[in-house]
Amino acid sequence: MSLHLGKGTAPKVRRYPKNNQTFTWQQFILPIVLLIIWQMFFELGLIRSIVLPPPSTVMKTIGELLQNGQLFKHLGFSLIRVLEGFSLAVLFGLTLGIAMGLFRNVYLWLDMLIQVLRPIPPIAWIPLAILWFGIDEMSKIFIIFLGAFFPILINVIEGISQTDHKFVEVAKVLEISRLKFTSKIVLPGALPSIMTGLRVGLGFSWMCVVAAELIAGTEGIGYMIMDARQLAQTDVVLVGMLTIGITGKCFDYMLKALERKLLRWKTTYQGA
Amino acid sequence: MSLLNHHPYLEINDVNKQFIVDDQIVPALSAIQLAIQAGEFVSIVGSSGCGKSTLLRIVAGLECDYQGTVTLDGKRIVGPGLDRGIVFQEHRLLPWMTVTENITLGLTESDPERKKQIAQTYIELVGLAGFESAFPNQLSGGMSQRVAIARALVNKPQLLLLDEPFGALDALTKIQLQQEILRIWQSEKTTMMLVTHDIDEAIYLGDRVVVMSKRPGMIKSIIPVNLPRPRNRTSYQFFEIKKAIYREFFHEDEASLEYVI
Repeated sequence: MSLHLGKGTAPKVRRYPKNNQTFTWQQFILPIVLLIIWQMFFELGLIRSIVLPPPSTVMKTIGELLQNGQLFKHLGFSLIRVLEGFSLAVLFGLTLGIAMGLFRNVYLWLDMLIQVLRPIPPIAWIPLAILWFGIDEMSKIFIIFLGAFFPILINVIEGISQTDHKFVEVAKVLEISRLKFTSKIVLPGALPSIMTGLRVGLGFSWMCVVAAELIAGTEGIGYMIMDARQLAQTDVVLVGMLTIGITGKCFDYMLKALERKLLRWKTTYQGA
Repeated sequence: MSLLNHHPYLEINDVNKQFIVDDQIVPALSAIQLAIQAGEFVSIVGSSGCGKSTLLRIVAGLECDYQGTVTLDGKRIVGPGLDRGIVFQEHRLLPWMTVTENITLGLTESDPERKKQIAQTYIELVGLAGFESAFPNQLSGGMSQRVAIARALVNKPQLLLLDEPFGALDALTKIQLQQEILRIWQSEKTTMMLVTHDIDEAIYLGDRVVVMSKRPGMIKSIIPVNLPRPRNRTSYQFFEIKKAIYREFFHEDEASLEYVI
């Protein structure tokens, strides 16, 4: 570097660590090995099909359920419920979280209530949900909403509260308005935590969809699993479980992509 | 301006400050008396913990709980203001903003075209042309500190406060940035108040060097640096001043040694 930075002497920009998230081969080895062992156990007669049907049977069942449209029908219902419940949780979780994070008074008034409500598992709300919203969609969406709402809320508040005091001083010295301070310093700083909240919340939504579908109804992946359980169709149970797992992973992938886009400035530790 | 009515531009009058640590009162600054003229470059040196940064933070308006008065251009300082810019030891750039966005963060200008122009002027002033859209994590320590300087200057403060701004930089980058800050001082005519623990830096930059003693922080002596700029760090006169400052510190050590024995 020279004192007078001419064209040719400009210091080089340090490269971004590349964290593009394409699939790598390592991710697939373990699942494939497990599938092979699982199939072998069955071939060797070590496990009975009723206890754990082998991958070959599960694949066949997937084929059947795809062909008769059952899988897509159930997945479609669950998907819409998750999206509705999760969207509501995002809406309320973000709004309330930002209000509680920014305004001390809102926090003081609401914190105790939230801390008491938070540990109650969504499944315990089912009786009340049915009484309040009936046995249709609303009660199911409410259960999913509950599952996603608290992780989002807590992470938003946490993210805002971790605003670096050093940046607060910078804002003071530069006499930045409260609005600009919030939008340019507090919220972008809270974004990593907010994104974590969204991802955890979305995961909880999928966990809760099964619980929600315990409430009356004849559609949804959760229903499909419960129905298959009563009919001792273990293979269908497995198909349902796999479907939730894979769909959940896809959703998380999308959120992670969004996160990468929004947090371009951030370098993440990817392990040694 | 203040020069016309012969008042100093910045006047620190009998400032005392205490901190409370574990329910105990710890004096940080004691009877600080300092007047700085407009356009002057004043360095303050002292070992760590002597309260020099606290003094700077009081002038910046970040510390308001103290006794005494601090006036800027005849008006009492009661909080931060755009008439003062500050560069901290850490660059404190917002990692999610580009260089340009960081620099224009506190800019009062609202016209976007004009805003961009001003940003560009200051980016060039600190020698960062070509890095407008870089993020802080792509910059070296020295470059980040250049951005921080530009951010502090962008609203044209009359007083720039430098809180050990080059303390975390390597020796070569440090010397470069000292030359830059001198150039900026000469072109922008900003009054400068620099806090440092680097005696060379204090002499190289300052019109006067304020030497502070430790606990409570007091002004020990004020040593004028009557050397033409650019100053030669290896010249005899430079060394003489350095020696005088070292003597100030040495006396303190000697005195405290005697107490111990």
